[in-house]
Formats: sequence, C-alpha cells, structure tokens
Amino acid sequence: MDASVQHDQATIPDGDKLSSVMQTIAEHKGCGTSGGSGKASCGSGAGENDLPPEIWEKVKNHPCYSEEAHHHYARMHVAVAPACNIQCNYCNRKYDCANESRPGVVSEKLSPEQAAKKVLAVASTIPQMTVLGIAGPGDPLANPEKTFKTFELIARTAPDIKLCLSTNGLALPDHVDTIAGFNVDHVTITINMVDPEIGAKIYPWVFWKHKRYTGVEAAKLLTDRQLQGLEMLTERGILCKVNSVMIPGVNDKHLVEVNKAVKSRGAFLHNIMPLISSPEHGTVFGLTGQRGPTAQELKALQDECEGEMNMMRHCRQCRADAVGLLGEDRSAEFTTDKIMAMEVNYDIDSRKAYQEAVESERVAKVVARQEELASLAGQSSDIKLLVAVATKGSGLINEHFGHAKEFQVYELSTAGAKFVGHRRVDLYCQGGYGDEDSLETVIRAINDCHAVFVAKIGGCPKSDLQAAGIEPVDQFAHEFIEKSAIAWFKSYLDKVNSGEIQHVVRGDAEIRQGALTSAA
Amino acid sequence: MTLKIIASQCTSCSACEPECPNVAISEKNGTFVIDPKKCTECIGHFDEPQCAAVCPVDNTCVIDNSFPRYQPPA
Repeated sequence: MDASVQHDQATIPDGDKLSSVMQTIAEHKGCGTSGGSGKASCGSGAGENDLPPEIWEKVKNHPCYSEEAHHHYARMHVAVAPACNIQCNYCNRKYDCANESRPGVVSEKLSPEQAAKKVLAVASTIPQMTVLGIAGPGDPLANPEKTFKTFELIARTAPDIKLCLSTNGLALPDHVDTIAGFNVDHVTITINMVDPEIGAKIYPWVFWKHKRYTGVEAAKLLTDRQLQGLEMLTERGILCKVNSVMIPGVNDKHLVEVNKAVKSRGAFLHNIMPLISSPEHGTVFGLTGQRGPTAQELKALQDECEGEMNMMRHCRQCRADAVGLLGEDRSAEFTTDKIMAMEVNYDIDSRKAYQEAVESERVAKVVARQEELASLAGQSSDIKLLVAVATKGSGLINEHFGHAKEFQVYELSTAGAKFVGHRRVDLYCQGGYGDEDSLETVIRAINDCHAVFVAKIGGCPKSDLQAAGIEPVDQFAHEFIEKSAIAWFKSYLDKVNSGEIQHVVRGDAEIRQGALTSAA
Repeated sequence: MTLKIIASQCTSCSACEPECPNVAISEKNGTFVIDPKKCTECIGHFDEPQCAAVCPVDNTCVIDNSFPRYQPPA
C-alpha cells in the first residue's frame, strides 16, 4: 500500500503525543529479542513492570490483551452484527462465522437495545466482566449503525465497561473517527496476509463500493484497507491487536512477513491462531481437506514471531456471543428470554469493590511467582519442558482433572514459567464416572507435556497418564500455578541431576477442532 | 422483473437489506424477502444486483422466472 498516506492532523487532537506513545510501544519489545527470552509469559503476558503505565492501565483488566488479566477478568460479546462484506474460505455463513467457531450452533441475533440490556444483566451477575466486544457474527463495520448504536447505549448506561471491536478491516478506514469518538481503545483486525497472491487463496471475494471483487484484485483491496486502517488507529493511540489464522501450506511461512508489516505500523499484539477446519463445518477449507497446524507447528511460529513483537497465546477463538472468562462459556445463562426475566441491579460501586479484590488477588499471584523464581536463581540447565494445568481461573490450580474442559500449558525452564498456550479437551468425566475414549483425547491433547497439574484426580486416569509418560501432580491443589510449576520444576531438575530420572523429549500434540461450547 | 431469495438458503445475515437501492428487501419470518413490485434488478443503479453481490451463500439471490425481466423505460 501507499505508505505515504497523509492524514489530516487537524482532526486528530493530541496526535503528536499519542503517536509518540505508540512509537514507544512499537519499540518496546516486551520479552523480545533483547535478552528477555525467558521472561515469564512475556508478550501478551507483559505485566505491570514491562509496559508504559498508560498502556498497562488500558490492558490490565482486558482479558484478550493481557495474559495476566485473562485469569481474572471476563469479557462478553454481543451478536448485533450479522452482515459481512467479505468471504473467507474458513468461514461458512450458513451456520455462523467460523472466525469464532463451530457449526450448528446458531447464536441469537440481538438488536442494539437487547444487547444493552444483556450487558447490564451480565455486568450485574459477573462483576469481573470488564470488556464488551462486538465481533460479529459477521463484521461489526459492515453493520455500522447497529454496532455504534450498541456502543452508544452501553457507554450511557454502563460507563465503566471497556468497548472493543474485531473487524476484517475492509471498512475500517471509513470508521476510524467514529471508533475514536466512542473511546473504543481496543480494536482487533484479522490480517491473514500482506501478499495478494496468498490472499487470493484465502478470500474468494470482497464486496466494496457496490461491487464484488474476486481473486488477487480482491485480496489487494483488502490488504491495502487493513494496513491503512491499522495505521490510522495507531496514530490515534488506539491499541490494535492483529489476529492471523495459521493455514499450513497457504500462509504459515508468510505470517512472519505479516508480523513484520503489522509491527512496523504500531500493532500492539499479534495473535496467531490455528485454522479450525473440519468437513462438517461446511467451509471451503473443511471440504477441501485443508488441515490445521499441530500444537508444535503453532508454537514454533509463535516463538519465531515473538522476537519481533508481543504475541497472544491465550486466545480461545471464542464465539460472537461468548460470555465469561476466556476458557469458559456462560452464554447459555444469558439468553434473551432469561435476561427479560432477570432483575438487573447495576451497581457501579459494588463492581468496583469486587474488581479491587480481584486486583489484590492478581498482585498476590505475581508476588508468589517472583518469590519462587528467586529460588531458581543459580540453577542452570538447558532443559525446557511443557506442563499442563487444570484451572478454573484466578491463576490457581483449582480444577479436577476429570472436569477440565481445557488445560493451560506452561513452558518451564530455569528462566521461570511461561504461559505458552492452552488445549481444549472434551469433558472427560460425565456423570461421575470416567470414559476411556475421552481420556485418550485428553492424552493426545497434552501429549507434549511432562506433567499435568490438577486439584484432584482419580486412580484410574492417574495410572493411564503415568503409562503415557505424563506425571499427574496433585500436591499443589489450590495453589498458584506459576509458583507451583517452578517448585515442581526445581525438584524435577534435582532428580535429573541426581540421576534418579532421565529427561526425555516429548512428542507433538493435537489441536482439537471445533469450538468451546457450554456443557450440554 | 425481479430477484428472489431462496428462503432455505438464507442465513438471515441482513447484508442485502441496506444495499438494495429500491428498499425492496425486508425481514419476514426469520429470513429476508424481496418485494417484486419494487425490485429493478439494480438496472440503472449498479452494474450487478447488489443483493446477489453481497450475499454470502452462492445462488441464493436469483432471478425469479415467474416475473418478466425488467425493462428500463426507454
């Protein structure tokens, strides 16, 4: 695109100040190349001391923009934007948008008024819900009236809630001023390519200015508009996250280029997600048998890009009507019928008090991690390994093995514990008894891990895990994740050093296809 | 003189509604319908029918053969 696009500075108050802030962020590599490779959960995991204070203030309670926040704070999406202006080969609109999801589950469409009511109902029930996002199921900016009407209503009735949106970027340059006017300070753009030849393999067409464009022409138009929109947002000091779908053989290697392109335009965070693809989704990629990446392929690409900028690894590729912490889905509690029957008592002060308590919990977790990390000082070893953790949130090992819908994955080394991803699993335990087939699914999902940390585990799965070479660890039940993982790693190293055990490298793991839905 | 929407294929995404230059499209019983009295196939407005160009499902906004093709006034 034309990098010399000029924007009218007169319409951007404080443009200079904001762009200098954005420059700082662009230069700030978090755990980038400069010797920080082992810093705990860097990138999206950048904590209070890693970021400029004004940026920390923006991300500290946004679960999608801060790995640390996602253990404590919840978000919700409202499905007010069904229309879309482009077609993607990983999406099938007969069901819903594949950006967030799985087939067959049709989200309720909401009017802006219903959405505003839903936000108040959720905010009253879940006080740690701090972010309202509009992510479809189409594209928010292909439905500008509905999107901005929703923001207007929520800004009026629940002013403490952060507003956020996620777009394909085609219409973005036309709406940047309106977005800034609503004080939306987080925008996500899905950018899968910066090369139209590659784009033509991902996007069959785009609809722009009353015309359908196809092939390379369509992809060129899209990439130009995406990058222009990104520049316009970062100039205004709006934090931008870039989502990219990793499609092996199509754009996997190219995403390194995408990473550089978005970093140079001031993007704050890059989220590389695995392609969700299965024939039953009815998508083009699903039907042509295009596979998604394995856990190792995804992590290798994320690691490669992390030298360049902050990476998000805690994305759950959630639905356009998701409610709750990132790893959970409480949308079934808030259907339109239920909301209408609910007594809503939106109390900004009690929300604030609750969030202060959450904040002290978060701080306690960080302190515990740092204390434990100090005890690793002086140890040196090349060993790097992965462990899986069953958690319900709050940064604690507080989930029963059999109840876990997902496991969080940490990479342990003498530099500490670093969050590197999560694995969704089918519910293993249903109705109180174990199901053998599901246990196999769990083992496949965490096959690259040396240990799994749980609050509790039954005897049967315990021995099966051991047989698969994964150590079940329940001695740290209800303790902080990172602190416990570091303590376990210390004793692991001791055992290796004393010759009691031998360190072996684990294999690859499977990324489950399909999306997280509430338990039936 | 009109297009129609195949109801069984319509996803109700509403993308077509605001694109119609004749305000011929509205929601009815969960899907969208085209008012044949208002549709002009976009002739005189655009190069292609807008509903068909923006629709995410191929062959869903199609020519309705039960009406004669639209003839713009001479």
